[in-house]
Amino acid sequence: MAQNYKDELSGVETTGHEWDGLRELNNPLPKWWLYIFYVCIAWSLVYYVFYPAWPLGKSYTKGILGYSQREELVTKLAEGKAGQAKYLTAIAGKSVDEIQKDKDLLSFAMAGGRSYFNENCAACHGAGGQGAKGFPTLADDVWLWGGTTADIYQTIQHGIRSDDGETRGVPNAGMTAFGRDGILNREQIDQVTDYVLSLNGKQADAAKVAKGKTVYEENCVACHGDQAQGALAAGLDGIGAPPLKQANWLFGGDKATLVETVTNGRAGVMPAWSKRLDDATIKSLAVYVHNLGGGK
Amino acid sequence: MSTVTETPKAEKRASKSLFLKQSKVYPKSAHGRFRRIKWAALVAMLAIYYVLPWIRWNRGPDAPDQAVLLDIEHRRFYLFFVELWPQQIYYLTGALILAALALFLATSLAGRVWCGYACPQTVWTDLFLWVERLVEGERGERIRLDQGKWTARKLGRKALKNAIWLGIALATGGAWIFYFTDAPTLLGDLLRFRASSTAVGFIALFTGTTYLLAGFAREQVCTYMCPWPRFQSAMIDEDSLVVTYQEWRGEGRAPLRKSQGWEERTSAGLGDCIDCFNCVQVCPVGIDIRDGLQMQCIGCGLCIDACDEIMTRIDRPTGLVTFDTQTRQTALATGTAPPPYRWLRPRVVVYGLGILVIAGAIVAGLLTKPGLDVSVLRDRAPLYVALADGSVRNAYTFKISNMTREARSYTLTAEGLEGATLAVAGAEQDEGEAARRLTAAPDMVATYRIFVTVPRASLHDSSQSLTLILTAANGETASYRTVFLGPP
Repeated sequence: MAQNYKDELSGVETTGHEWDGLRELNNPLPKWWLYIFYVCIAWSLVYYVFYPAWPLGKSYTKGILGYSQREELVTKLAEGKAGQAKYLTAIAGKSVDEIQKDKDLLSFAMAGGRSYFNENCAACHGAGGQGAKGFPTLADDVWLWGGTTADIYQTIQHGIRSDDGETRGVPNAGMTAFGRDGILNREQIDQVTDYVLSLNGKQADAAKVAKGKTVYEENCVACHGDQAQGALAAGLDGIGAPPLKQANWLFGGDKATLVETVTNGRAGVMPAWSKRLDDATIKSLAVYVHNLGGGK
Repeated sequence: MSTVTETPKAEKRASKSLFLKQSKVYPKSAHGRFRRIKWAALVAMLAIYYVLPWIRWNRGPDAPDQAVLLDIEHRRFYLFFVELWPQQIYYLTGALILAALALFLATSLAGRVWCGYACPQTVWTDLFLWVERLVEGERGERIRLDQGKWTARKLGRKALKNAIWLGIALATGGAWIFYFTDAPTLLGDLLRFRASSTAVGFIALFTGTTYLLAGFAREQVCTYMCPWPRFQSAMIDEDSLVVTYQEWRGEGRAPLRKSQGWEERTSAGLGDCIDCFNCVQVCPVGIDIRDGLQMQCIGCGLCIDACDEIMTRIDRPTGLVTFDTQTRQTALATGTAPPPYRWLRPRVVVYGLGILVIAGAIVAGLLTKPGLDVSVLRDRAPLYVALADGSVRNAYTFKISNMTREARSYTLTAEGLEGATLAVAGAEQDEGEAARRLTAAPDMVATYRIFVTVPRASLHDSSQSLTLILTAANGETASYRTVFLGPP
């Protein structure tokens, strides 16, 4: 029931709205509020003149200042690039080792390397290079293709088993699929995997280990080395065969995974980045990756 | 059904505004003891404010030589011999607590002396009033000028007053930012119109607020904006000195008639107050002190000066309006001998002890202020790295705050895990070292990436406590307790 009462106490008219006996005073807006409101309206008119304001279908009113946030961004980005230029030129002109020794360049390369890494590498190698099954941890001390800054630089440039002419490893060819290709039978695979387990101090059948040692010497030594020390330690470059006597396994060091690996072979692939990233970026990445765990 | 009820005219009440209409206060000039103290306080406060940023303090070649410098840009606070880093901001908290306690103490002893004499709002309002009086004349002239028509003379007076006000406001705003950057450099830049827009913007802001608050808002700030008057009553008790009208002596008030002698007046039941309104006219907040202690009263005592002047002139004892306690006034009113002023009261003791404790803690803290601070941030990705030989490595970001003015070198050691070795990223790697040397440039934070490698045999849990200890060449140490994570 809307009734236009005048409030007894204040003498102010009510709005006529009533909720369960409560009525609302029709007090005028405070003057300071009104004035600020009018000033805001006036200000908005000024804004229309100076700044982009009204949409006009596909275009909009530009305002006489011609301000554009997008252009501001473009300018700021260009400024940033210009500010980086001196470092980027220096990085491009120096070897990765030299960069590592220059304090300023090192901190610049590390900061840049971090964001390049997160954009390009973290998808497979994980944030901070923590790795995943089949994608090596870059923060540890196992480097199948070499862990010096120069090695890392080359690996990023040309990739591993990639379509790049200077790639490390042979494209589409990794560890032989001993089981699938019929080189070793199931029994032999069982024996050789037990032998590898025994190398790492894990539980293995002594009889199988003895036979597995022979299988190893006949089939595996060529790549993994006579001490199971891995290709690199055995002086064999460009193969990437991991040491088999270690705690850090790329695909897994348990019995089932080892059987799977020997049966089907393994061939980790990393693309060549020299076509996608410029030299300074790759050098920054090499420095960053090397510092993740100190490389080797 | 909706009906409209007309309010009968007879019932119509006078519409009552809920807002008090502001009436401009025209304080008359006062002369006397309290006015002199107020002038002295004003000069002292302004002197401190304007001179402080210009005092030089030699801190060596690479440090700013300004005695008081709040260098927000470089994140350092300099206060004479003290240099504070951002993480020591708790000293500011201590200083604020100290200021609050000092305010409480002063109030419980002598009422709102801070408000009346030392508060910037009071000091600048007083200064602006002095200018107003100088340009527009005494109270009566000012009222007439404001009520009169706009003539060339009025326009000239008002323009001159506002120009001087703006000049003072500009100097105030300008001096404020000298505290935040090197004062001589900034003044040079300002004079050559080369100062940054930030500096100019802040000067404009503080010029504007000074002009508005001291020129126009004045007592409104104290009455409506400041929270202090609202809770001062909790600090004041019946033994606090407050500005008091001696009602027992002054009432009933009536104008002095030449035909009436004092005996006649007294026998007619009249008191010493001759209702001259001088105490009201000098009041900077526009109240009548004879109404008793009021929320608006800033305790400046100018009404005492005004009343004393009149009392002297009419040959009556001074002190009809006086600084006194409620206890004494109650005794005087009943004709008994007033007890002596009791300043030693529980609240005074509590506030005083509080001040001593906080001040002591601050001084002790400053005297034993370390020159070294470390902070450690453990890498979260990867949480830990297993190495080929089975040992486990964790990486930490290690920050050294060298809070001294010389380059220092330190030895880093790890404690808590047997066989732990340390390596620093970027440095030449020689495995197996249990201690590493680190350096930090003067007054800088040095950041290192530290690798801690622990043999598998020492790992008994997936998370173990590890303490990194940094020892400076002079033996000063700082340690940080963190954790070392391993495989579950």
